[in-house]
Amino acid sequence: MNSLVCIAYVPDTETRIKIAADGKSIDETDVKWIVSPYDEYALEEALRIKEAKGGGTVTVLTVGPERAKTGLRECLARGADDAIWVDATGTPYLDALGTARALAAAAKGGSYDFLWFGQKGVGYDESLVGPMFAELMDLPHVANVIKLEVKEGKITAHREIEGAHEVVECSLPAVLTAQKGLNEPRYASLKGIMAAKKKPIAEKKLAELVVPEADPANARTRWRKLELPPARVACKMVPGDDPAAAGKELARLLREEAKVI
Amino acid sequence: MKFLVFIEQRDGKIRKASLEALSLARKLGGGPAAAVLPGRGVTSLARDLGKYGAGTVYVADREELALYSTKGYVGALEAATKKESPDAVLIAATAMGKDVAPRYAARHDVSALADVMELRVEGDRLVAWRPVYSGKARAEVDCGAAKLQIATTRPNVFPAEGEDGATEPRVEPLELGDVAPRAKVVRVEASESKEIDVSEADIIVSGGRGIKGPENWPIVRDLQQALHAALGASRAVVDAGWIDHQHQVGQTGKVVSPTLYVACGISGAIQHLAGMSTSKVIVAINKDAEAPIFKIANYGVVGDLFKIIPEFAKAVRAAKAE
Repeated sequence: MNSLVCIAYVPDTETRIKIAADGKSIDETDVKWIVSPYDEYALEEALRIKEAKGGGTVTVLTVGPERAKTGLRECLARGADDAIWVDATGTPYLDALGTARALAAAAKGGSYDFLWFGQKGVGYDESLVGPMFAELMDLPHVANVIKLEVKEGKITAHREIEGAHEVVECSLPAVLTAQKGLNEPRYASLKGIMAAKKKPIAEKKLAELVVPEADPANARTRWRKLELPPARVACKMVPGDDPAAAGKELARLLREEAKVI
Repeated sequence: MKFLVFIEQRDGKIRKASLEALSLARKLGGGPAAAVLPGRGVTSLARDLGKYGAGTVYVADREELALYSTKGYVGALEAATKKESPDAVLIAATAMGKDVAPRYAARHDVSALADVMELRVEGDRLVAWRPVYSGKARAEVDCGAAKLQIATTRPNVFPAEGEDGATEPRVEPLELGDVAPRAKVVRVEASESKEIDVSEADIIVSGGRGIKGPENWPIVRDLQQALHAALGASRAVVDAGWIDHQHQVGQTGKVVSPTLYVACGISGAIQHLAGMSTSKVIVAINKDAEAPIFKIANYGVVGDLFKIIPEFAKAVRAAKAE
């Protein structure tokens, strides 16, 4: 069984965000980049399926500038077999549909049973690309997967919804988006890191794929402005030495001043 | 501007987040909006939508729609779109809405303004503010020149405004073709507890490493119950296995915007702040006066949370009993 894992290479979740001079993107100096955490669950599950079935391949795919190749190498070090890089140098912004379209174009010609995504790419936090990709590929999808059973030609997936799980039966091939809880991702071993250097990364150019959204004039969603969130008011401190008085005062403030209880 | 709003129901109950989206559509459109309501036995629910701004409700009431399926529910939205030809579609950014919106958008060759916290109309364009980098920044976004504009609205942010005396909506049944899905929900399993989920709670009480161990959850739970809140948690305690990840608030957990967020023993790592800094009122109880959580809290107490939380819970109960 073959898996394709589509990853996003994003600013580290611990990174402080600074606004760039253009006022609508982030200042990338000093930003540390990581494979989006949800994509790690996706990759891990693809590797486990391969190991459990004793065969098949795991291919990782991303669209982005040169640095995105580092993300692909990290995935190869963890055990993926090969990778595809869609070189988007010169295209600083691609909306969700454009991203899905570029990934779909790059995935064409491959033969995959599982097409994995993280449930969202941290940063843009849209949760759009996976299901959009499924629509463009005319495949079924199950989003927010936290548990998966693989049977012959089909799967049973548990998907997280508010306060419950939906248990979904789905034919293969299918697009799946991984949610935290699905598994515990492994770290790359030293041997894996060495082996990754020899694994192939195929390169495609975004400009050579048919992705109209790569032209800003065709963007289906655009960022007009980027701001830091408005500053919050200064914290009103309640003395904590007398717990009973502190508890009462907190309740009073929430009721009379903030009017939220 | 003509709005169509996707209405979500579960077990015959309309979701509040959908009423919020519907009220917003009425406000932005300056009059009644159209709505689409898929499900089984839902026709009787359609009338209630008038109060919240529905002029027409397209109802897809079928046995096969008893449980959610991407194909069936997106199909219903699609059928309503054909009849209504809207300029804009609003969908609550719930688990279901996040599943429907991208498939529907891609089918129409557009994208979506996802999880918006503010929405306005400029000429014939929707313009939104949405949190990015998990609330560490916010972006003003629009749909470019796209003909169909789609936005998903974050639950708990926009008011659901019912107006008494609103006229009853016109209810129009939808004919759907084959809705047999390739991905079929066969059953829904409730989580071990029938708790309110943090993503749709009005009040959240969260515990972090400061509670010292899972054996101390009852102390936090007591406050949670006094406030009728949902229980949240920091990544540290989820990763330590003290509680299930569905409670996790933060950049790799749920991103929430409740009216009141009470952080108990949470220092406020940037990871966590990213998930809850858009809360309206934040209370922090922590023994460390230097904890970053106090930088974003409205009210703070430095002290022993094992003594303060029970007293706070008691005072909340007393205040509510007044």
